[in-house]
Amino acid sequence: MNYEAIVIGVSSGGLNALKFLFSYLPENFRIPVIIVQHINRHSDSNWIKILNNLNSIHIKEADEKETIEPGKVYIAPPNYHLMIENDRTFSLTIDELVNFARPSIDVLFESAAEVYNNKLIGIVLTGSNSDGTKGLKRIKNHGGLTIAQDPATAESPQMPASAIASIQVDHILSLGGIKDLLIKIAGDID
Amino acid sequence: MISKDISELDISLLLEAIFQKYGYDFRQYSQAHIRRRIINRMVLSGLEDISDIQSNVLNDEAFASKLFQDLSITVTEMFRDPCFYKSLRENVIPVLKTYPFIKIWHAGCSTGEEAYSMSILMQEEGLYNRTIIYATDFNQHALNKAKEGIFSNKMMKEYTANYQLSGGKESFSKYYTSNYDSVIMNQSLKKNIVWANHNLVTDSVFAEIHIILCRNVLIYFNNDLQNKVQSLFYESLINGGILCLGSKESLCFSNLSEEYSEMDKNQKIFKKKYIENEL
Ligand SMILES: C[S@@+](CC[C@H](N)C(=O)[O-])C[C@H]1O[C@@H](n2cnc3c(N)ncnc32)[C@H](O)[C@@H]1O
Repeated sequence: MNYEAIVIGVSSGGLNALKFLFSYLPENFRIPVIIVQHINRHSDSNWIKILNNLNSIHIKEADEKETIEPGKVYIAPPNYHLMIENDRTFSLTIDELVNFARPSIDVLFESAAEVYNNKLIGIVLTGSNSDGTKGLKRIKNHGGLTIAQDPATAESPQMPASAIASIQVDHILSLGGIKDLLIKIAGDID
Repeated sequence: MISKDISELDISLLLEAIFQKYGYDFRQYSQAHIRRRIINRMVLSGLEDISDIQSNVLNDEAFASKLFQDLSITVTEMFRDPCFYKSLRENVIPVLKTYPFIKIWHAGCSTGEEAYSMSILMQEEGLYNRTIIYATDFNQHALNKAKEGIFSNKMMKEYTANYQLSGGKESFSKYYTSNYDSVIMNQSLKKNIVWANHNLVTDSVFAEIHIILCRNVLIYFNNDLQNKVQSLFYESLINGGILCLGSKESLCFSNLSEEYSEMDKNQKIFKKKYIENEL
């Protein structure tokens, strides 16, 4: 399967989880990765710099109307919902909070599912709420690949556990397992 | 449960029908945004098929009006992005002080929080008496609320913090009177605000403006529509006039980006370049 994009939702414990994943993803990892991390609405982008310094994949905040490109990692800006348009560009909105969050994982996942259908991988990582469950379900219904972090290995188990409880996810894995799977999938493409 | 997928064509047809019947033109709004709001409305109203929404919109004005509210996102705050207001105080006010008369346009003012913030700022800078603030939106419901100037008391803690971060030196509570769970903004803040229904997509220039604030409105528009609205702003601004966009908006994709210089790049404050008079 030629996957076109990976969406990741992560909440409390997220920085450590993302740090882990991005220290291992190879430089030539081509599938664009789009992330919603729940974050304080006033936070600056320092933590993105931290991630960026881990390896040579380019990690940046998603800009309004920016075209999604292979080999890049995008993060939703604080206090905006992030969505994807059919022409593979980003839209930002300040609609009301969803699951007490803005950005919300469900909002990103649902719009990504509509655009990428079965060419999408959705991943729910550590977090202490249930954002992402509805979105992962939408990805599943559109034929995408669904992955949840094994709650036993998550800093905050509730978010992946919620996804697992309501969807037949395709893979339940530790962060190490997720990293291996992604590298394998990306390798199969070329 | 929504029974089947909603195609791009379904959405286009629905927007076309809305435009034909009601004159509201959402055809060049962000597709992802429109799709999300339509699905939300279907879930809330218990509709299963996009064709149900079509017929409801066309035959039931109350339903249509609900859908407009859904499509027009009115989320707003006072002194949202305090750093932006701080930059207004520091970089823009000195320019405005040089004008004998100041016309401000809040395009997409929603329920008015932004316009009241501006009134406060202009009062504090001693400019209010020579200022007129045009606060416009195409959502009449939001405008009515804006005119009333009654807001929820719950928000005041956050607005006070925003105000202080923006460089406000007064006690914020002097600008309103509390009444149980709501607050009413002082009459003196409304004095020079003109509330008007104006649709950025279908209406035209209405005055010569010194500073336009259009924040978090253009994000809902596609590139072509953004360009169209940017031309409207450009035509409305005087030479050297100022354009303020939302914190995540930019002029990069605009055909007019060359016609402005950056006053504060981070806070998205731009200044229209002087046009040489061709004699
Ligand atoms: C998210 S609010 C932004 C409010 C405020 N400017 C702020 O940044 O807090 C967007 C506003 O734009 C208005 N809007 C959307 N399309 C419009 C149009 N075509 N003409 C005028 N206003 C429009 C909506 O009704 C809504 O009130």
